[in-house]
Amino acid sequence: MNEHEQIGQPRRRIEGARKVTGQAKYAAEYNVPDLLYGYIVNSTITRGRITAIDEAAARSVAGVVEIFHHERRSKLPGFDVIYSDMDAPPGSPFRPLYDANIRFNGQPIALVVAETFEAARYAASLLNIHYEEESFDVDLLTNLARARKPSKGLATLIKPLPPGPRGDFETAYAQADARFEGHFHHGSQHHNPLELFATTTVYEGDGKLTIYDKTQGTTNSQLYVSNLFGLSFRDVRVIAPFVGGGFGSGLRPQYQLVLCVMAALQLRRNVRVVMDRAQMFTFGHRPETIQHTRFGATADGKLTAINHVALAETSRFEDYNEVVVNHANMLYPADNVALDYKLVPLDRFTPLDMRAPGGSTGMLAIETTMDQLADQLGIDPLEFRLRNYAERDVSADKPYSSKELRECYRQGAERFGWSERKPTAEVNRRGNRLVGHGMSSGIWDVIALPGKASAEFTADGKLIVSSAVTDNGQGTYTVMTQIAADELGLPLEAVSFQYGDSRHPLSPIQGGSYTTAVIGSAIKAACRALRSKLFKLAQIMDGFPLGDALPEDVRFVDGAIVLKKDPFIRVSLTDVIAFNHGKSVTASKSNIPNIFRLKQYTRAAHAASFVEVEVDEQLGIINVTRAVTAVAAGAIMNPHTARSQILGGMVWGISMALHEETLLDVNLGKYINTDLGEYHLPVHADIHDLDVIFVEEHDDVINELGAKGIGEIGVISMAPAIVNAVYNATGKLVQVFPIKVGDLL
Amino acid sequence: MPKPVTIRDNPSSHHITLQVNGLETTLRVPPWVSLLDALRDHLDLTGTKKGCDHGQCGACTVICDGDRILSCLTLAVMKDGARVTTIEGIGTEDRLHPLQQAFIDYDAFQCGYCTPGQICSGVAMLDAGHGESREEVKDLMSGNLCRCGANTNIIDAIMAVKEGKYE
Repeated sequence: MNEHEQIGQPRRRIEGARKVTGQAKYAAEYNVPDLLYGYIVNSTITRGRITAIDEAAARSVAGVVEIFHHERRSKLPGFDVIYSDMDAPPGSPFRPLYDANIRFNGQPIALVVAETFEAARYAASLLNIHYEEESFDVDLLTNLARARKPSKGLATLIKPLPPGPRGDFETAYAQADARFEGHFHHGSQHHNPLELFATTTVYEGDGKLTIYDKTQGTTNSQLYVSNLFGLSFRDVRVIAPFVGGGFGSGLRPQYQLVLCVMAALQLRRNVRVVMDRAQMFTFGHRPETIQHTRFGATADGKLTAINHVALAETSRFEDYNEVVVNHANMLYPADNVALDYKLVPLDRFTPLDMRAPGGSTGMLAIETTMDQLADQLGIDPLEFRLRNYAERDVSADKPYSSKELRECYRQGAERFGWSERKPTAEVNRRGNRLVGHGMSSGIWDVIALPGKASAEFTADGKLIVSSAVTDNGQGTYTVMTQIAADELGLPLEAVSFQYGDSRHPLSPIQGGSYTTAVIGSAIKAACRALRSKLFKLAQIMDGFPLGDALPEDVRFVDGAIVLKKDPFIRVSLTDVIAFNHGKSVTASKSNIPNIFRLKQYTRAAHAASFVEVEVDEQLGIINVTRAVTAVAAGAIMNPHTARSQILGGMVWGISMALHEETLLDVNLGKYINTDLGEYHLPVHADIHDLDVIFVEEHDDVINELGAKGIGEIGVISMAPAIVNAVYNATGKLVQVFPIKVGDLL
Repeated sequence: MPKPVTIRDNPSSHHITLQVNGLETTLRVPPWVSLLDALRDHLDLTGTKKGCDHGQCGACTVICDGDRILSCLTLAVMKDGARVTTIEGIGTEDRLHPLQQAFIDYDAFQCGYCTPGQICSGVAMLDAGHGESREEVKDLMSGNLCRCGANTNIIDAIMAVKEGKYE
């Protein structure tokens, strides 16, 4: 028999039928009785202060119940630490409705609450705000002189700052046979999950609240709200079984949560607050980043010098950081390295992790620089990467816990037909379109965090496992059910995973590709503790069928504890429960990663993307006609949902290279394309043939599941592969993203 | 089945009758209430999603008298007397429409938020006999955004139904 009945098997999403029939309920869809509707009002200036708020016109609208703003709000705490959430960067977190000061355009400044959504929205448009404007700086490009090192904090532990220099970069670069200097830029990007940020707060009385929130962390929202409003954790329950996409936007509690809870507590009523699409552009985002690269190599294609500098926006009040420049030397073992990462504080809101944060930004510069060097040296881009393959991470002087990138290159290239690629100097035409082929490596650091879960075996033969973790569409619900089923030797139908509820054991926020490993390992640990309890009970059952057995002598199969030597000796789990007087058996366990062991290794998922583009020679229109991404991310829990995760990542890569950016008007200090018509996302007609390969990779260092996580790795190699393919097609290297039609004319 | 209708009265409210998922439904709505909000907030049919309220994302797509329409750009009062099919009327968990089954089989969704709109859009397109080729289907489905990037799986699911794999 297979060791795993479920893990590694393609399984359809357990919640699939609910999602395709409209039965899956999201945060704004709990139509509780006597619901009030809140509509948020945002600042139209970028910096300054509110001098007066004229409420008269708004209050005259029939159905308006209350208006909240800095002069009409509940008491809010005065210390920064109380506003801190699980993803708060070092600094002073933004406090909604705290005072008259305006720190960024679109800052939430009031909430209008009414008996109907329409009345709230209309009244919100009538609220007359008077401001005193001050001058502001939102422009990264003209403020680079103010760039400085990021402050250190909890965030820099998980997302480390660049390592110090190695060797002598300047000398090595000057002596290199081939050199390339790149200057890259991309603007801000906003997550734009399709579900609007929303909170429905049910006022239960006695200071108790049930909150349906759009979030990537029920525990995070629970702690945040409890802290802000001085409520007991036990009295605040945050529920989020279905979340319509997050991509990082839900890693921090968003302001609609604060406003909704404030209104519910003050009015002692049930309240719902939903953002509109323009408001989805008023909080965290992928930071606008400028990157400079200078790479040098020998004539035979050995990289000798790496210089990678990134300058990114942050707000005036928090230092958001991400890992942008660390990866070049992890992937390519040059001896002379100089890295730098700096922030420029601007009058914009604090950036926020957005799918493949840092990695997608940095690798875009690194991998296009690599291709330019390969082109100069007349070496095939894939061959160039193979000549610089790192068997060991020289940047940290550590071995990799596992690394099957070479196999990603091989399998990806073969599936794609990379050997057919023509050098850039040769024109490859298909009708009136230029054809180009490009490739790129990808890397994403594996993050280890503690997690907690509980497991219960019930009298009716069901296993219930629980964690507060959410499922934003990654497939967590299904995968956790699979992991638990295997541990107790049960079919999927006998397992129920309870999640998305702060009542369940604490979970970190769902991001960084670590959820499967963190919560999966905790579930494994809890199930193992449950097994041990069930086994001990079985040993003392009448007749002592397993009396002499040791834990390693038995297996849990088909709902029974079975002696390995003699499978006819078995005790069914329901009999164990009956023996336990029909009482279910429970176990709860934390999984704490062994940091000392982990620290001896560099731990990362890898990928390689191969892309074909067609560029219309007259119009400059680019089409990604086909792409293959090969991924080495350790054990894959569910190939069915994992493939979708990578496909989604590939679409994000296409979007980053060719479609999306939030345009900033530096004179007005505001984003100007804040809707889904002007913020370009790929549509079905933009997406063609995408193929995914999972390369076999065994890793017994990272965690018990051997799983590295796949949420980010699919994004990272795609955008640079497209840029390289466009170069191969046209001979034009675009360094400002997304690539626009005009760039190629 | 939809729950009893909540009527939030307003002097300017209108009586309208909609055939919603085969059920004659009378409601009183002010003229400024969108069909989307009428479905979600008044009839508790929350399967129809609000993604932008501007007709730019397609999450609110419903089938009205056989055509796929954006319910956020439609006022409820405009559709007095119309037949409206929402995702709840396409199929149920026990009796899935072939396209709903195909969406599950092809993993044509992740977060599930754009899914009702994609399915309504796909069903109406298929019923109308539109979309000759995969490329045409992509074009005709391009009013429905998917931020999770399930695009290829969505088109695969529609093509599978179109090619008769679910008959």
